Amino acid sequence: MGVKLLLDKANVPGIRTYEVYRREGGYRSVEKALKQMTTDEIVEEVKKSGLRGRGGAGFPTGMKWSFIAKPEGVPRHLVCNADESEPGTFKDRYLMEFLPHLLIEGLIVSSFALGSNDTYIYIRGEYAWITNILEQAIEEAKAAGFLGKNILGTGFDCNIHVQRGGGAYICGEETALIESLEGKRGNPRIKPPFPAIQGLWMRPTVVNNVETLAAVVPIINMGGEEYAKIGVGKSTGTKLISACGNINKPGVYEIDMTITVEEFIYSDEYCGGIKDGKKLKACIPGGSSVPILPANLLLTTAKGEPRYMNYESLSDGGFATGSMLGSGGFIVLDEDQCIVKNTYTLARFYRHESCGQCSPCREGTGWMEKILQKIETGKGEMSDIDLLWDIQRKIEGNTICPLGDAASWPVAAAIRHFRDEFEWHVKNPELSQTSNFGLQHYADPIHVPA
Amino acid sequence: MATTFNDIQMTEFKRLVARYPEGKQKSALLPALHLAQESFGGWLSTEALDYVASLLQIEPIEVYEVATFYSMYNLKPVGKFVFEVCQTGPCMISGSDNIIDYIKKTLDIKPGETTKDGMFTLKLVECLGACGYAPMMQVGKIYKEHLTKEKVDSIIAEYRAQATNN
Ligand SMILES: Cc1cc2nc3c(=O)[nH]c(=O)nc-3n(C[C@H](O)[C@H](O)[C@H](O)COP(=O)(O)O)c2cc1C
Ligand code: SF4
Ligand code: FES
Repeated sequence: MGVKLLLDKANVPGIRTYEVYRREGGYRSVEKALKQMTTDEIVEEVKKSGLRGRGGAGFPTGMKWSFIAKPEGVPRHLVCNADESEPGTFKDRYLMEFLPHLLIEGLIVSSFALGSNDTYIYIRGEYAWITNILEQAIEEAKAAGFLGKNILGTGFDCNIHVQRGGGAYICGEETALIESLEGKRGNPRIKPPFPAIQGLWMRPTVVNNVETLAAVVPIINMGGEEYAKIGVGKSTGTKLISACGNINKPGVYEIDMTITVEEFIYSDEYCGGIKDGKKLKACIPGGSSVPILPANLLLTTAKGEPRYMNYESLSDGGFATGSMLGSGGFIVLDEDQCIVKNTYTLARFYRHESCGQCSPCREGTGWMEKILQKIETGKGEMSDIDLLWDIQRKIEGNTICPLGDAASWPVAAAIRHFRDEFEWHVKNPELSQTSNFGLQHYADPIHVPA
Repeated sequence: MATTFNDIQMTEFKRLVARYPEGKQKSALLPALHLAQESFGGWLSTEALDYVASLLQIEPIEVYEVATFYSMYNLKPVGKFVFEVCQTGPCMISGSDNIIDYIKKTLDIKPGETTKDGMFTLKLVECLGACGYAPMMQVGKIYKEHLTKEKVDSIIAEYRAQATNN
């Protein structure tokens, strides 16, 4: 059993209530931080912990916090990103649903560190029932004196508000999220200015992911240095992974980042192996935006070393032979899955979610969807594959926000690693409608569970 | 259907606006639209959008551009219960196609359509953050997960019964 810092109490009956959460040691970090530490000391602990943003980009949290501008007389805001809309990702939902007080506790400490008296949780609109759970937890924390005016007699005031989104993946991007919080369309802003200087209502703002803010609780409790001892290299602490697709045990797992991908997929503690005794074909290890990897490159790097479930190892080899840890949305595909169809559904997703501000993204995502649909339905031509490759290259790097890249990478990786499957679709327009390419093209042996 | 809030709805509206600083009441627009949609029969007519604009003291166009951007706001009437079935990658590889076909056949409607009795609307949507519990759909504020044909049957029966009991 690996170390658990976030979900260790998730199965305690009644942990969703303040009473049980407090009895289990909850809100100690608020007492420690607000009464015994200065704001600079808190930021310093978070820096020492090596915590990296859990929303997908992996930016060091302590460093991000130290960038916040502090102009005289201008309020600052902390915003919690609970938009969670990257396909394959459902970890924040789990944390908020079962341990709402853990997030609230992390938010209070972080709000204190950043000087935010009004903190907002922006939650995807579809998570309506979780909104109620969070609002209930906020009321309980307020009644216990951990929120509201003059918290624990320290003079620090803090309120937390939950705002539901309206259904738009792009609002997970931090500047689109801010626009949405201001009651506008979710169009990402051109940076600079960065939110740390001018964010919500043009005030200095820090946007962090749910899991990032929850991780502040163990960091304060155990100290940044101790936290940094868990994990390996720059992958410190624990990470929530939401595993889905063709596995025996889909769900949310907290891992310390020293286990191998193979162990994560095949051990009974985690995914429990591929469903129905089938073989592993491919995996998208960090949410739909990151490159898909065929089984051989997933389990070992191009150098033949075992691949581990952490930031560095998953990206070993760059995009040529590696991928990314991303948001921790781990999507497993078995031997019967069609890469073309899977890529098509993702392309449709990005076309649907493009905000439409930049032509390469708006037009390019539409073209990619159409071409992929054409190939998938047996009407494709060989030149379509090259055209797809061309389009994704023209989107990447030429847009206001990273959604353009996020739409390009899955298409690029699918062609890079599974070109023969695309070609097979083109050459076999009828057969491809009734059967799958399967595992035919693997030169390397495929991992078969013992 | 009325397009003004009753007392309870108005209290909730005021609570939403109070979360933002003075003069930043436009920030309450998304939550206010959710409230309006729930209060006015599951969709937002032009009158409803104009009403929200007047309450927030902003221009109607500011409300229209938001209402048309986000996928959760229905700008046309919908059935009493909307089945929003996820069709994105993770759900697709877990069998959402079969579920979508089954719902189409059982309710005899295509995506975007409503049954003749006005009871059910079928919508195909993108990832709802339930990928590990696939196939799945959202009905109102509830997620129905691990869908099978049998489960779809019982969900349809459940909502029909709910409609007759009300
Ligand atoms: C298209 C797009 C969607 C995103 N969606 C999310 C999301 O749902 N949740 C999230 O925490 N971050 C998301 N991000 C990343 C945020 O922009 C931002 O980096 C993050 O909230 C920062 O928090 P962190 O440093 O704690 O990870 C998204 C980014 C992009 C470009
Ligand atoms: S890259 Fe796409 S989503 Fe991002 S701002 Fe441009 S059009 Fe909008
Ligand atoms: S893909 Fe269907 S809920 Fe995520």
